[in-house]
Amino acid sequence: MKRNVPLLLAIIAGFVMIVAFFIPYTVSWGEDVSIWFDILASIAFILGGGNLLKVHLKKVSDQAKGWGYSIITIVAFLVMLFVGLTKLGVNPNPQFPGHGHWAGQYNEVGSPFYWLFESVFKPLQATIFAMLAFYVASAAFRAFRAKNMEAILLLATAFFILLGRTAAGVFLTDFIPEESGYSGLRLENITVFIMDVFNTAGHRAIMIGVALGTASVSLKILLGVDRSYLGSGEG
Amino acid sequence: MALLITLGATAGFLVLLTFAVRARTEFFKNLDRRWIFLLMLVAVAVPVYVIGKTKETFPEKALPKAQAVFDVIEELNEGDKVLLAFDFDPGSEGELGPMATTFAYHCATKKLKMYFIALWPIGRQMIDDNIAKIIEPDFPEMVYGVDYMNLGFKAGNEGVINVIVTDIKQLYTTDAYGTDIAAIPMMEGIDSIQKMDLIINVSAGYPGTKEWVQYAVTPFPHDIRMVAGCTGVQAPLLYPYIPQQLPGLLAAIKGASEYESLVINKYGGDDISGKYLEAQRRMGPQLVAHVLMVLLIFAGNIIFFVERKREARS
Repeated sequence: MKRNVPLLLAIIAGFVMIVAFFIPYTVSWGEDVSIWFDILASIAFILGGGNLLKVHLKKVSDQAKGWGYSIITIVAFLVMLFVGLTKLGVNPNPQFPGHGHWAGQYNEVGSPFYWLFESVFKPLQATIFAMLAFYVASAAFRAFRAKNMEAILLLATAFFILLGRTAAGVFLTDFIPEESGYSGLRLENITVFIMDVFNTAGHRAIMIGVALGTASVSLKILLGVDRSYLGSGEG
Repeated sequence: MALLITLGATAGFLVLLTFAVRARTEFFKNLDRRWIFLLMLVAVAVPVYVIGKTKETFPEKALPKAQAVFDVIEELNEGDKVLLAFDFDPGSEGELGPMATTFAYHCATKKLKMYFIALWPIGRQMIDDNIAKIIEPDFPEMVYGVDYMNLGFKAGNEGVINVIVTDIKQLYTTDAYGTDIAAIPMMEGIDSIQKMDLIINVSAGYPGTKEWVQYAVTPFPHDIRMVAGCTGVQAPLLYPYIPQQLPGLLAAIKGASEYESLVINKYGGDDISGKYLEAQRRMGPQLVAHVLMVLLIFAGNIIFFVERKREARS
């Protein structure tokens, strides 16, 4: 029962989606299955929040390595959740009188949620992403070596793309007239050529391979041959 | 001439570096990575400061992909409907924010009807930012619900696209602010996103452009047109969809800069606000950072070859 019901659900949902794609009459069936999926995805947010609390509370209780960060995570999560759910400091919405601040927008300009998002979350997330530049520079210095022919080709491509994606590309090969037969040698045009020809051909081949693999795995799941997604059934 | 000077300068730098590496191989081999971090900081901070002071930007030449995005939007007429899907977050705002700004500015200038939507939870905030930054101050004549609207975020990733591509009202009964969809004038006659004249997607990953192409454009190639802007790491993965499923693509800040220059040259005028020049301004730090990366790769390889030569000798 524990394995057969989920298996049956997966098989029905999968076949409905396939049928809905090919037979116009059954499009609404596909919509229904997609809506079930959207509802499940919404519920997954609650599960995700619960799991986050569970993992970090355990880390704090065990005083595992880095448990101080877990406290920060829990506090940040609960503060943001409280401020958003209670709509703290939000003004009533004139469109829905009689509902008080509950009808207002949780992220209204000037509200605590807005302040937390704009002044804490946004700069923190942008900082984390920006730090990539430093680590990529360090990695390029230490690891990007011309050890063999493949590495040399990769290096040459990297130089063309790095320079061709900036004003340096235009500046360096500006002496080649755009209208001449040699304009393909302009750095920015070499970049376009690499992306359009080598990159596209390589990625198309990978995509077709992945699609064939996905189709085969999907078929195995739909026919109940592959049941690994159901887990071991223990615990 | 520029090429010769640059090649000469690079050759000179490499010769000097080779001598320095030979003299102090151990120092360069075990170079503290904080020196590299410092170099990168300077490489980014100096252009940011200079461009902030002078307000000057590098001249930009639009390449075919950005030109195609511009042309597709240019083909639309006043009142045409555009779905703007903002699937990004503050982490990728540095790369995608300027193109989102320019998309909204371009659509507002052409008086297109804008329907904002997000498949990323934070996308809703990015939409609100855009409305507050572009539409409300610079296009006060535009009315919410008549000229633009915000459908907000819905969970479900490609599942959301799969539903709204045939029936939008199954999922969206209200807009992002709780107003009944039926009470919003610009939703009249819109039963699915096939009624949109164009989809514009700003994508930072999953779900994003790939999912819009696979679940919206591919099943309805004659009814749905789409252009997109994405992060640099995503762009190579999206090239296979060009040009049939994706007529144009803005790849990272470079693509944004090219598109921005096209839009601003046509519609901007002389006293354009700095917020509409952000992509072109961000190309300055990108140029110096990329040149630094190239020099670092050269330096790392010089160390590698000097060391290998020494090992062979010994």
